[in-house]
Amino acid sequence: MSQFSSELKRIIWVLAAFGVLAVVTPLLDDYTQTIIMRALVFAIMAMSLDILMGYTGLRSMGHGVYFAFGAYSAAILISTMKVTNLLAVFGVGLGLSALVAAFLGFLAIRAVGVYFLMITLSFSMVVWGLAYRWHTVTGGDNGIAGVIPPPIFGIPLTNPVAFFYFTFIIFMICLALLYLLVRSPFGKTLVGIREGEARMKMLGYNTWLHKYLAFVISGTFAGISGTLWAMLNRFIAPTDVELVTSVEALLMVALGGPATLVGPVIGAGIIMFLRYWVSTFIERWYVILGATYIITILYAREGILGKIEAFLAQRKARGEADAAISQVQEQPEELRT
Amino acid sequence: MDVFTLHNLIELSYNSLSYAALLFLLASGLSIIFGVMRIVNLAHAAFFLLGGYIALTTYRVLGTALWTLPVAMVVGGGVVAALSVFIERYFLRRLGQDTVAQVLVTIGFAFIFFDTNILIWTGDNYMLHRPWPLDDSTVIGGISFPRYRAFMILAAVLAWAILYFVIERTRAGAIVRATVDDPQMARGIGINTNVVQMSIYALGVFLSAMGGVVGGSFLGVAPGLDFQVLPYAFAVVIIGGLGSLTGAVVGSIVVGFMDNFGTALFPELSYFALFAPMAIILAVKPTGLFGRG
Amino acid sequence: MKAKWLVLLAAAGLAFGAGAAQAAPREVRIGFIAPLTGPFAQVGKDQVNGFILWLEQNKYKMGPLTVKFTAEDYEAKPALAVAKAQKLIQRDKVHVFLGGLLAPTGYALAPVADQFKVPYISPAPAGEDQTQRKRHKYYARLSFTSGQCQHALGDWAYEQGHRRIVTVGADYAFGYESVGGFQRGFEDKGGKVVAKVWPRLGTVDFGPYLPLIPRNADAVYALMVGPMSLAFPKQFKAAGFKMALLGGTTSTDEFILPNMGDEAIGYVTTSHYSAAIDTPKNHAFVRDFQKRFGKMASYYAENSFTAALYINEALKRTGYNPDKIEVWLEELKKIRVDAIRGPVYLDAYANPVQNCYIRKIERVPGDRNNLGVKPNSLWNIVIKTYPAVSQFWNYKPEDFLKHPVYDKNFPPCKFCGQ
Repeated sequence: MSQFSSELKRIIWVLAAFGVLAVVTPLLDDYTQTIIMRALVFAIMAMSLDILMGYTGLRSMGHGVYFAFGAYSAAILISTMKVTNLLAVFGVGLGLSALVAAFLGFLAIRAVGVYFLMITLSFSMVVWGLAYRWHTVTGGDNGIAGVIPPPIFGIPLTNPVAFFYFTFIIFMICLALLYLLVRSPFGKTLVGIREGEARMKMLGYNTWLHKYLAFVISGTFAGISGTLWAMLNRFIAPTDVELVTSVEALLMVALGGPATLVGPVIGAGIIMFLRYWVSTFIERWYVILGATYIITILYAREGILGKIEAFLAQRKARGEADAAISQVQEQPEELRT
Repeated sequence: MDVFTLHNLIELSYNSLSYAALLFLLASGLSIIFGVMRIVNLAHAAFFLLGGYIALTTYRVLGTALWTLPVAMVVGGGVVAALSVFIERYFLRRLGQDTVAQVLVTIGFAFIFFDTNILIWTGDNYMLHRPWPLDDSTVIGGISFPRYRAFMILAAVLAWAILYFVIERTRAGAIVRATVDDPQMARGIGINTNVVQMSIYALGVFLSAMGGVVGGSFLGVAPGLDFQVLPYAFAVVIIGGLGSLTGAVVGSIVVGFMDNFGTALFPELSYFALFAPMAIILAVKPTGLFGRG
Repeated sequence: MKAKWLVLLAAAGLAFGAGAAQAAPREVRIGFIAPLTGPFAQVGKDQVNGFILWLEQNKYKMGPLTVKFTAEDYEAKPALAVAKAQKLIQRDKVHVFLGGLLAPTGYALAPVADQFKVPYISPAPAGEDQTQRKRHKYYARLSFTSGQCQHALGDWAYEQGHRRIVTVGADYAFGYESVGGFQRGFEDKGGKVVAKVWPRLGTVDFGPYLPLIPRNADAVYALMVGPMSLAFPKQFKAAGFKMALLGGTTSTDEFILPNMGDEAIGYVTTSHYSAAIDTPKNHAFVRDFQKRFGKMASYYAENSFTAALYINEALKRTGYNPDKIEVWLEELKKIRVDAIRGPVYLDAYANPVQNCYIRKIERVPGDRNNLGVKPNSLWNIVIKTYPAVSQFWNYKPEDFLKHPVYDKNFPPCKFCGQ
């Protein structure tokens, strides 16, 4: 019972935080708005990776792949083929990244541990190579410009505030869906596989199928973030889908706290803040980025969210202890009467 | 296309082989570090480039006499290896076997080097000095063979021979092999595995940085070269198999030839032609061609 | 009674406020987006330094206006450049922004200018279509189009007696457009491009490409960028090629030149600038830049310097009112400026018409012209000047624009394999 209520409390907290974000963002200056939008887009990517990395325990260095397919399909549809139906653009991006994930999943799921990392890394390289060299389709190094978001239900998305709410709503939908996923029996099974695959196998679970489905779902959501990213920048180039993008997604998850969903969102926020805000003050900001990687791992292995929860738990424990002590102190008096 | 004349084939093969040699210097250390320490070292190419920069300073101090090339190789490799000892001792050792932690910490260092290089050596592009006997080419049967490419092959063969001898024939090698096979047992018989691991990390980094010195006179030394060659290093160890010296040799040669011939024949798909086979090899045999898993 | 006092107070406050607004120092806010981290960090620095040199020489003043200058890093990533442009426009409220290095960034930034109605003045990105088929209203270029001077080099190469030439160009838009310009200039005269080789951008081992160069050609035209420029001539010579080596703007620009070796001597390239232009203006510029930043002045620095010159001139002629963007931007597109590189004016498509210099690399003993540059340096010695070259070469703009933009397959390689 108490666990349920604490979960409810957490949901309310998260909803309240995002509610504040939704209200406050349009009041902020435009550049801060664009940083928040970028953070939300990458938050979808980081959450989707969390399904794989945090919940299932599959450490992927290939998440940029689906991001790339989502982004490039949107760019090609909108800019090259002049498609004006936004739902179609999302549908194709989503379907394509799901298909690619379904194919790559077959190749990758067999590998474990560092070999999984390696094979997903090689996927990253293949797709970056295609974006970079398949000039006739991707525009090569020049990228594709003019990815202007078409209107949705008659609402023009070229207005920054409209685009913010559009991004925000998609983000919330993704968050809700992924939350339901990890709370479902399927999600619990994924955690079971992470903790002990052999045991789950003995219990009769088809662990391969579970991991495979997690892989595909995770890739599909990453595709959504790619589609949004291309429309947000109105531009896509190979530099957006290089290996570092995949590594950065890993960092966002690790920084925020794996297997928390909300943690990676915080991680994405911090990294985007570094890249877009700190870099306007400090020219050598790459040193700070590098230090963030190292400090995160050395001092916040369980992620920032984990740190906060540990801190809160400690306070709560101390509070309870204090209460218990005072009770003990009070008791004798009661007994005396 | 007249790509396939005998003349061209010989020239391409020679170029492929010399490129493979450079790849071996870059990637063999990566493979050894993984084999012994199970560390995925994403800073490996950053060490390669740093070696080139140290050599640049060495040449500026010592001048460009004939003997400065071997000195620069030792200094470049040595300085960077010393730095890597510090990184291993105070950072990597604390991570245990957590691959994601290793990936993130090593790429964190790669970013830091990436940026401090610019602070120290500016973002200018340099070509390292090349001693005059190696600057020209030798003509055999109407085909020009650039001598520096031969030097790269020689350097790689030498590095391989020394590695092979040390690992297979010496007491130090026996200790390393014992540590790889069973770390607990090794500790049990009094081997200080921490020292072994630190030495192996330093050795792997030394090779990479020395490769950077050799490559610096051929590829140049410029910011961004690190992230440009990193995928190739991984291609080599992935195809050859992580942790195998023979694998590194085979992997280098396969990648060297595939990249050169693939680029000459299918330019638009050149990266695809290199990395797609890599993904397929992994899918079929996750430990690579010669990996021990 | 009370109300009256309040009204009076309010009126006084308003008057005071208005007075303060008038007395406030007027400023012109200029933003600059350059790659200050990553592979192109040093070029980005040269770009910014060129602008800063002008500002320092003019004490950060454009007439009565104080210049507020903000430089932003974009890591040579176009998407980041777009974000930083938004930052400059929305947060710093700039009147004009400059920047970008490679063509993709130029293409990504120009729409931002039109979207926010803030001028973008391009000091480097050379994408042809930005001043040809995909123009933007709030855009002007003060550098060059990729093919512009290459036409002239093609013309010159034919005059030198070369008839069969092989092109080796970096495999991306700037490479295609440069090679395209050269090929057209050369083949219009009657020359033949007999093979086109496209090493990928960033190639530093030319092993796969050198065997593709037919050895019976008269010359090779090489369009290289950054580290490629250093590696190519060295490996070309080492592979035993003896034919003449010609090249594009970036193949021997002054960013790369000081780190080239003797293998570069005799290399002939073209550009709208050379540090070795022998005019008093350029001597002063090279000397000042060397003194202030310790480097040989490059076209990147010159472009930015000229951009500052241009903005100042346009503001001056329109009464120093930076807020009237349309007015001074129109003026900017009309004026003629005697820049460091020589006389410059913009054509109707907002691209400069300017001299193209054919330059040959020589090692000059001692301190050439006493400019303070390192003794015994390599210089891009000007051997011929093509005056007032337009981006359309000697075609009418309408005729030129009927063709597609220069690409990998345009102009087609009619003589390949011959």
